[in-house]
Amino acid sequence: MNLVLLGLNHKTAPVALREKVAGLLTDLDTAYQDLQNQPALAELVLYATCNRVEGVCATAEPDAAINQIRAFFVSHDISEGDLDASLYTHQDRDAVQHLFRVAASLDSLVIGEPQILGQIKEAYRQATRNRATGPILNRLLHKTFSVAKRVRRETGIGGHAVSISYAAVTLGRKIFGSLAGKTAVLVGAGEMAELALEHLKSDGIGRIIVANRTLERGLQLAQRFGGEAVSLEELADQLLHADIIISSTGSPQHLLTRDQVKGAMRRRKYRPLFFIDIAVPRDLDPAINDLDNVYLYNIDDLKEVVEFNWQRRQQEAVKAERLVAAETVKFLEWLQTLEVFPTIIALKEKADRICEAELEKTLKQLPPLTEEQRQSLEVLTQSITQKLLHDPIIFLKGYHHPQRPTRELDTVRRLFNLDLDRDTELTEED
Amino acid sequence: MVNILIYLTLIAYFGATALWLAFFLAQRDNLCRAGAWLLGIGLAFHTLALIARTWAAGYLPVATMGQTLLVSAWALVAAFLILYWLFPIKVLGALSAPLAALMVSGTIILPQEHGVVSPLLQSLWLTVHIILALLGNAALTLACLGGIFYLVQERQLKAKRFGFFYRRLPSLEQLDALNYWCLTIGFPLLTAGIISGSLYAQHIMGSFWRWDPKEILTVLAWLIYAVLLHERLAAGWRGRKAAIMAICGFLVLVITFISSTLWITGYHSFSSFLKQP
Repeated sequence: MNLVLLGLNHKTAPVALREKVAGLLTDLDTAYQDLQNQPALAELVLYATCNRVEGVCATAEPDAAINQIRAFFVSHDISEGDLDASLYTHQDRDAVQHLFRVAASLDSLVIGEPQILGQIKEAYRQATRNRATGPILNRLLHKTFSVAKRVRRETGIGGHAVSISYAAVTLGRKIFGSLAGKTAVLVGAGEMAELALEHLKSDGIGRIIVANRTLERGLQLAQRFGGEAVSLEELADQLLHADIIISSTGSPQHLLTRDQVKGAMRRRKYRPLFFIDIAVPRDLDPAINDLDNVYLYNIDDLKEVVEFNWQRRQQEAVKAERLVAAETVKFLEWLQTLEVFPTIIALKEKADRICEAELEKTLKQLPPLTEEQRQSLEVLTQSITQKLLHDPIIFLKGYHHPQRPTRELDTVRRLFNLDLDRDTELTEED
Repeated sequence: MVNILIYLTLIAYFGATALWLAFFLAQRDNLCRAGAWLLGIGLAFHTLALIARTWAAGYLPVATMGQTLLVSAWALVAAFLILYWLFPIKVLGALSAPLAALMVSGTIILPQEHGVVSPLLQSLWLTVHIILALLGNAALTLACLGGIFYLVQERQLKAKRFGFFYRRLPSLEQLDALNYWCLTIGFPLLTAGIISGSLYAQHIMGSFWRWDPKEILTVLAWLIYAVLLHERLAAGWRGRKAAIMAICGFLVLVITFISSTLWITGYHSFSSFLKQP
């Protein structure tokens, strides 16, 4: 059995082509029905993530399998030339490694992004529902999931926020620990600020207040996030309840001064206050950061955090690659031991056949035996063949050479004539 | 026998130190769990060693600085493990374990003086006084260690430098809560230690207060903690100020402890506990 993986991704194909190919996978049930008729595709999983469309299959005829999946992709209005320019194919070792890297999010546009694993899991679920997988791909996909989880757990690849809005949330967590029961105030509006609020919400922030120049817009936003709306004039009062303040207004001057915040701090008994100033020009007086228990981050500070985290992720990715490489080797070892099983079974079957035939012959020549005597004869023949086969089987399982997988197999098969190259009946008569 | 137990304790504490430091670097949870277990095993040996020593001497062995260090280390490890169990700030072990290991090393390194033990030490009342004071010290030591972490983490967040410590230290709020917890436990213990001591002094020496240098220093530390606790509750002092106060209070406690061997003469000094024969 060989493994073949082919597909296209953000590095090889323009988005227009990726969209078209991904469109083929929207109805996976029919896709699998079409492809399962192809004899070369013994086992198959197709998956699409944000930036790639790939198929992996276990096959006895790799070339035929590649052609069949290619033919599937070249349908509708995708031209062969376009496809071949961006299609990559990996086999065996490379295929396994590629799949592991994809699932561990090492092959992504944003290294370490968490969605990919879920998308592959869902695709695998679809494949099993269509009975498109078998023992090899089942094992491969499960291994893929565990590798991806290990990478996530043992390296910091997903641990460092690489978007400005998420960086704000991780900072908040370093200040407050848990965000549950905390209050966030959004001042003004804007894509980045709203995204940050979205992150805070999914992180379990207790209460959301929106302060806006126009109350109508504020109400809209408040409704969207399940919060309350206040007017911008009330901002100074909100300092008493707020824990996190995200500011992104178009205001030309500072909305809050150091002294305003200082006064509020005394009244709020110095509970920590976290300001995120995403506005340009800045909404908040930079001197606010000098106050005790007050933390002010502006857009440049957050950019620096993100930049720094990018470098961290790159470093962690090196560790992850090492882990993936090791797991790939392990999986290939398993795949190769798989090859010896048919031989072991053939060997055992042959022995059983001989036992039965010889036993029958002998019993005909003997005077009638009691049931007990018959059974001991059976046990005798079985244990002789079992003991005799024990060492060849151990040899096959244990000394199986990973670099020369077929050589030992070939020797054993020829030694025991498992492929019936010679006529057994003939040799017996000789 | 007792020495073997102390060496086993020391080995366990140094082992735990290695595990906690490894945890601090690698951030694997099983390392800190193993560290806590090893510390627990060390504490068991430590307890046995203290029981054996007390049994042999007939009083709690606090007549020399070395002996007192052993009891203090015991209180510290016990307090840390209780805290770890209730309030898991894991990184605290990376400071507590080495500190305990060093204190037990001190016991072994410092000269073992022998002599006639002052009858003062052999009363149960005094044992209570010492145990309360040392447990209080242990809780306040943890408050100080938490304070150090707080200051480091606060510095990172203010300066917007996100290095080695930023990732490894817990959130400011957790560290501040640790400060509060240790203070609310340590302060009453210290107070009870002072009161029990002064009652005992009144009982056998006829006065509550004798202007002994150790008394003065301890009351100074007590005042620092009292101010901190009061301001925390009344004015909402927290964070950096609370951390600094906790560290200051602890420094005074350390001076109190060390000075009673080195230059203080008074009835609290170790030299007065042990009369050379």
